[in-house]
Amino acid sequence: MTDLADLTIAEATAGLRSGDFTAVDLLGAVELRAAVSESQIHAYLTLDREGARTAAEAADQAIADGDTRPLLGIPVAVKDNMVTKGVETTAGSQILAGWTPPYSGTAVKRIEDAGAVIVGKTNLDEFAMGSSTENSAYGPTRNPWNTDTVPGGSSGGSAAAVAAGSALGAYGSDTGGSIRQPAALTGTVGAKPTYGLVSRYGLIAFASSLDQIGPIAQTVPDAATLLETVVGWDPLDATSYHGDVPAISRSLDAGVAGVRIGVVAELAGDGIDPDVLAATRTTIGQLADAGAEIVELSLPAIEYALSAYYLIAPAECSANLARFDGVRYGLRVDGATTEEMMARTRAEGFGPEVTRRILLGTYALSAGYYDAFYGQAQRVRTLLRREFAAAYDQVDVLVSPTAPTTAFEIGSKTTDPLTMYLSDICTIATNLAGDPAMSVPVGVGDDGLPIGFQVLAPSLGEEVMFQVAAEVERLAGFNDRAKLATSKVVAP
Amino acid sequence: MPVEIDIARVASLARIALTDEELAAYAQQLENILEHAERVQALPTEGVEPTSHPLPMVNAFRPDEAKGSLDHEEALAGAPDTEDGYFRVPKILDES
Repeated sequence: MTDLADLTIAEATAGLRSGDFTAVDLLGAVELRAAVSESQIHAYLTLDREGARTAAEAADQAIADGDTRPLLGIPVAVKDNMVTKGVETTAGSQILAGWTPPYSGTAVKRIEDAGAVIVGKTNLDEFAMGSSTENSAYGPTRNPWNTDTVPGGSSGGSAAAVAAGSALGAYGSDTGGSIRQPAALTGTVGAKPTYGLVSRYGLIAFASSLDQIGPIAQTVPDAATLLETVVGWDPLDATSYHGDVPAISRSLDAGVAGVRIGVVAELAGDGIDPDVLAATRTTIGQLADAGAEIVELSLPAIEYALSAYYLIAPAECSANLARFDGVRYGLRVDGATTEEMMARTRAEGFGPEVTRRILLGTYALSAGYYDAFYGQAQRVRTLLRREFAAAYDQVDVLVSPTAPTTAFEIGSKTTDPLTMYLSDICTIATNLAGDPAMSVPVGVGDDGLPIGFQVLAPSLGEEVMFQVAAEVERLAGFNDRAKLATSKVVAP
Repeated sequence: MPVEIDIARVASLARIALTDEELAAYAQQLENILEHAERVQALPTEGVEPTSHPLPMVNAFRPDEAKGSLDHEEALAGAPDTEDGYFRVPKILDES
């Protein structure tokens, strides 16, 4: 019999409704998987056994009463920068060690209201700043495909949990690629929705004009289900979108005949590994054979996106992280004066990458430099948005690799921050534009590790994005699972 | 152009107490990152409006209604130090 922990959300939902197993059984299988995989990959910071058990029992009761909500009884994981009432939330930082939030974020509430079972809180780069999950104050997460490599980041714990089967689906946040890049590196599907589509209330802020919550799943339809659960206007987030939500899953089976697909020239050459490029070209060829119209497009401003991002994101982070001052919550290191207390608390509480970005942002916003750095980066952002808008006049979606390489070895990019930043060259422009994009696994590289294919769409273009992604998934037929997940656990 | 940063001043503005060795290391790293970031200055942007936010939103109004919030105890529950229902901090003003 198939281990329940290896089911997709769609399969598990069918099994729950037909009474093949209960939500408590399903949770048990996932927790058993975690018991084996956690010592190898460390995807979770906190497992909420009691809360999960209560939610699973409630789900079983609801199912017995005929309730058919899409995520009912499904064990999911939540990134530890999403605040959860009564469950420790650290954002991977020492400065929040032991903090138990007095409220839950809107996305978390919607996940709970859907009847999903939150298994626990997943590891991340501290405050979501990083591309490998090595920056966590609580130790790195490892990639279930090869535990010598990183799972990507910053949502590496969520991606690793889904890849390992210690959750059937997960939520992460994406500021510059933090959902899509770990999805690519772990052979999972990850989507960053249009800015404003998911409320940021209760998402610990990193860069407020870029951050978005989104799903990580085994399949494109599962990712659609997870996303549909959390989208929609929220009066508690003034930047949330107050209009009709896209029909995310309406066209999953529509295919790509007649769909116009643009290949981004700037993301199809320099800086991308040959095996990743080859897999990308294969997928584009399959899409053409399936009836899509392929157009090569140039968006020159993409070459400047990384530089603009590393001015805008640190600037916003330096302002957002000013709140961690040892007064209202979190760590305090004593000092003779309040200012000394704050400076010591922040020195001890923040890790090196967070400190680096706060300093960079403080500098970029300081008198005399504001316009040259931050102002110019914001004007580049406008140019980028114009180029994307012009591209979407010609095509329905754009495509590229998700990450320039497959998963890299732990420790291989920690010496020079710039080499780590380059992991996000394919994903960052989308965040600056505010558009949606997602990653779908399409194969493995020369090292046997997964390769992700990125589908980008205009703002609120989730329907066509998921339509194309679903076809990519069918064409690629990539169903391999991480070895860790299947070889060491026996079905209960 | 090479970037020079008064890193001690930046760290002071950011309220992070760093040692001299840490300051020197961060200064070097920031200079490297900023030299890379200077690529953005090569783009001509005369007359281009800055984008501060990806959605064309102006204001998000809501009715001015009183609603419930965290109670006093919950709001103070995570604080490192409290006294008489307040957050407590070391002295702010010099007594001299």
